[in-house]
Amino acid sequence: MHDLAQQIVSGLATGSIFASMALALVLIHRSMGVINFAQGEMAMFTTYLAWQFSQQGMPLWLAFPLTIAIAFAGAVALERIVVRPVERAAPLTIVILTLGLLIAFNGLAGWIWGYVIKAFPSPFPTTPLHFGSVAFSSQDLGIIAVSLASLGAISVFFKKTKVGLAMRAAALYPESSRTLGVRVGWMLALGWGMAAAVGALSGLMIAPVVLLDPNMMQGILVYAFAAAVLGGIESPLGAVVGGLMLGVGLNLIGAYVPFIGTDLQLTMAFAIIVVILLFRPAGLFGRRRLLRV
Amino acid sequence: MPPNVALLEARALHARYGEIEALHGINLDVAQGSIVALLGANGSGKTTTLRALTGATRRSGSILFDKREVIGHAPEDVARLGIAHVPEGRGTLSTLSVWENLAMGAYTLTDARRTRARYEKLVAYFPWLAERREQPAGLLSGGEQQMLAIARALMMEPRLILLDEPSLGLAPIIVSRIFEILRTINRDDGVTILIAEQNAAAALALADQAYVLETGRIALSGPSHDLAGNEQIRKSYLGY
Ligand SMILES: Nc1ncnc2c1ncn2[C@@H]1O[C@H](COP(=O)(O)OP(=O)(O)O)[C@@H](O)[C@H]1O
Ligand SMILES: [Mg+2]
Repeated sequence: MHDLAQQIVSGLATGSIFASMALALVLIHRSMGVINFAQGEMAMFTTYLAWQFSQQGMPLWLAFPLTIAIAFAGAVALERIVVRPVERAAPLTIVILTLGLLIAFNGLAGWIWGYVIKAFPSPFPTTPLHFGSVAFSSQDLGIIAVSLASLGAISVFFKKTKVGLAMRAAALYPESSRTLGVRVGWMLALGWGMAAAVGALSGLMIAPVVLLDPNMMQGILVYAFAAAVLGGIESPLGAVVGGLMLGVGLNLIGAYVPFIGTDLQLTMAFAIIVVILLFRPAGLFGRRRLLRV
Repeated sequence: MPPNVALLEARALHARYGEIEALHGINLDVAQGSIVALLGANGSGKTTTLRALTGATRRSGSILFDKREVIGHAPEDVARLGIAHVPEGRGTLSTLSVWENLAMGAYTLTDARRTRARYEKLVAYFPWLAERREQPAGLLSGGEQQMLAIARALMMEPRLILLDEPSLGLAPIIVSRIFEILRTINRDDGVTILIAEQNAAAALALADQAYVLETGRIALSGPSHDLAGNEQIRKSYLGY
């Protein structure tokens, strides 16, 4: 029983990382109709920035928020300068651009920081937390708490604020939004900024676990994509639930189904993508568009 | 109605879709506080004219709104000048709630109290909005979506509202209700209206002035009761 509870919590921890990255993918997919393949590498790159700051003696409580702010501002600028010229191009053009960004960020990180794996400081205590007789890793609990808090804040932002509403409207109904006075291009850029900020946070949370290297986010991006497809690529809530389900599911399979173990997890993620796309393309939470004429 | 102070003056307005020109240089005047009807058969260029005015379709020529040139302004900036557009097909934000649709209408208002006041005012015109405010707008009937689109346009406190065939696909009783409300907002709130319609009889009954479009050109214009009163014109241009 204890073991099961621990496995679930540790699955929720990786799952909340998948969930955050999946949400980042969904935010951009909703407004541009494409997957940003560079999302993981952008997170990786900003995680290196945090590492650099902490190497220079900056405390983590300052380095982390600064990193997230840079991720946000950098992605807004990236959208306005690099993505904007192809905003109205065919989806394939944008996809190729994001693949180019993936390669660029990966190469740049390798060039600046090298390919030697680096330890990354954890913001959480190393001592386990005890609930009754069960001990949970503080790191896992910390990751879950921080991720869910940030996802909750984003949800409140989209539901309760005027800019959040305008971002949703601009993503789904760009032309109508324009006639209502919304600067749709800037809403798109804000979406990139938020996605990058969420991604940066995921990178910071997971780096102490997977260690820092230029390829650290590539597997995670595949899981995040699987989570987004599972939950419904149009649905932010679906992305989060999909991420948590995937995290817990893979962890339990890894622990209790020895012939799959941990070696085939990535294969499992791909299998989920294929099966969902075949049988339920809208995902578990995807809704068909409401329309009446 | 103040006599003939022009709110909108379009001169030699051209519009094109790619290589094809759909509007061949039209002149159009809308006086402050008036209702102007834009009539014409399907495909004559009514929608294109309205879209050219907002900048949604590529255009050239001159458009003065309150003496200010708006050609070169993006649609979102035209909206900010006080021109609301109720597009063909209503432009419902269907997955958003009724309230969110209205809130988006007030996007350009920075003062939350003014948004609230606008909402209260519109609920007086359309009481059902309050009852259904949390419902997804896509679930409303066609007539309700049209009223919502008009209410949403009015949220931004526009000086001019462009309506694209608000009667399309609606039962006559709903159409007369909507036109009654348009008359009221024009009279009581001083909102100037430019309304594109195929339903010439209803539109002429509402409007002060009318223009008749034919394949991207103004074929005819004048006070609406003159047009409506002329049997020859009714038969050959207006089809009733
Ligand atoms: N998106 C478009 N692309 C190409 N041609 C168009 C487009 N929309 C309208 N047109 C053409 O422009 C002309 C005017 O159309 P429109 O303004 O929609 O007329 P109306 O609103 O009076 O029915 C028509 O010949 C139509 O075929
Ligand atoms: Mg039309």
